[in-house]
Amino acid sequence: MDGIFLQQLINGLTLGSVYGLIAIGYTMVYGIIGMINFAHGDVYMVSAYLTAIGLAVLTFFGLESFPFLILGTLIFTIVVTGVYGWTIERIAYKPLRNSTRLAPLISAIGMSLILQNYVQVSQGARQQGVPTLLEGVIKFHVGTGYVQLTYTKLFIIIVSLVGMGVLTYIIQNTKLGRMCRATQQDRKMASILGINTDRVISYVFVIGACMAALAGMLITMNYGTFDFYAGFIIGIKAFTAAVLGGIGSLPGAMLGGLILGVAEAQFAGLVNSDFKDVFSFSLLVLILIFRPQGLMGKPHVAKV
Amino acid sequence: MSKPILEFKDVDVFYGPIQALKKVNLHINEGETVSLIGANGAGKSTLLMSIFGQPRAGGGSIVYNGIDITQKSSHFVASNGIAQSPEGRRVFPDMSVEENLLMGTIPIGAKHADEDMQRMFELFPRLLERRNQRAMTMSGGEQQMLAIARALMSRPKLLLLDEPSLGLAPIVVKHIFATLKELAKTGMTIFLVEQNANHALRLSDRGYVMVNGEIRMTGTGQELLGNEEVRNAYLGGH
Repeated sequence: MDGIFLQQLINGLTLGSVYGLIAIGYTMVYGIIGMINFAHGDVYMVSAYLTAIGLAVLTFFGLESFPFLILGTLIFTIVVTGVYGWTIERIAYKPLRNSTRLAPLISAIGMSLILQNYVQVSQGARQQGVPTLLEGVIKFHVGTGYVQLTYTKLFIIIVSLVGMGVLTYIIQNTKLGRMCRATQQDRKMASILGINTDRVISYVFVIGACMAALAGMLITMNYGTFDFYAGFIIGIKAFTAAVLGGIGSLPGAMLGGLILGVAEAQFAGLVNSDFKDVFSFSLLVLILIFRPQGLMGKPHVAKV
Repeated sequence: MSKPILEFKDVDVFYGPIQALKKVNLHINEGETVSLIGANGAGKSTLLMSIFGQPRAGGGSIVYNGIDITQKSSHFVASNGIAQSPEGRRVFPDMSVEENLLMGTIPIGAKHADEDMQRMFELFPRLLERRNQRAMTMSGGEQQMLAIARALMSRPKLLLLDEPSLGLAPIVVKHIFATLKELAKTGMTIFLVEQNANHALRLSDRGYVMVNGEIRMTGTGQELLGNEEVRNAYLGGH
């Protein structure tokens, strides 16, 4: 097997697991209220800044051992991003619950612009960065060259998969998860059974934001740099992943993320890295034409 | 015995410009089985759903156990002891039978869940055979049983049933009504909406007849069964 193929597989899985984490937010929100939350990419962007802030604050207080620093930052980022998710839903989407389908979509685009500009004004337009936290690399010899897997990438893949596993467990086996699924499958019936569906919708936004926060922190650890516009492209990519997997389907989002990440990395490695975005979005167009329900989604059946 | 648990006072409901319920007055006493019969589109399901505020009454008031619930949220109503097996059953298609039953325990928590689930399986043995099967794969009759069982899981003070016999084979209808009769004997308060007037009225202490959004007639089950007009309109002469 070719060395570059293996190397790009590793890169692809790293990127793909992060796409998957962000795609969860798109797919769950779509599943429960049928809207695309275009501000979701920017929630991810905010979490990158929060990661930097968390790292800076904890380091300032002298917490420098890797596990505590990472855990502290992780908790801080997830909690604050969750609050962002909750607030965004309250301000921008809840008041539009009973209006036309287009209204919350436009509101989402507005929210996206607000977040970008708010971060640009408050944090500056220049690129920000964090130092590398996890040094080290594993090398495998393949043929004449070698393939490298940095500890950071390994960490990203493992943490992402654990995050997805925990979420899947919550959705499948807990009361909260059942309430989310019930609200998704039949919101009116869920309310008749005593579920406060508005609250469940808020929970879904918080869950999506927390997953985006995890992604934001992991990507920041890998690339080290970000700016106020960082959420746009990755947000659209994650949306592509959600559509690829079948929008509304949770396992679909995770699978779609991994497939898109690997496909994109392979294209970049084997064909042309300048056109990798073109490739990803062409994939989105093809899916929408030939399999609009995605890999694991259900075809839309109109209720009579 | 004869304290009304639910009371409609001059309730109006509108869908845009169309008035679906016109000054509806009715009451259900504790421990009673009351049925509401009427043709398709008479407003029966609207009446049941208006108890949960979907749609909300545009006039009059709905009083439950002395509380005015006209403006309350659906989950408030459900949390206070009213459960409904709705029109079209509305079981959660992608959930198993067990999960669907668990959804019924939201108002009271899961502390009685195991015990109550066993009771449901005794009441509807078919559900036991299907306990891990997804609801969408079951027959209409099984889904209906599940919808009723799910409603019972919240140990309701008032059980609302919307057309439990619709579209089912006669033998299944017979089984479901036999089960309802057992439930009624245990002292459960049941409000039953039906087009199948024959079955419904035989089961009921009292009944109401609804025509075009208005209550046209009321009486005991026996009185209505013997009424000429009811016989011609809803019992097809048999």
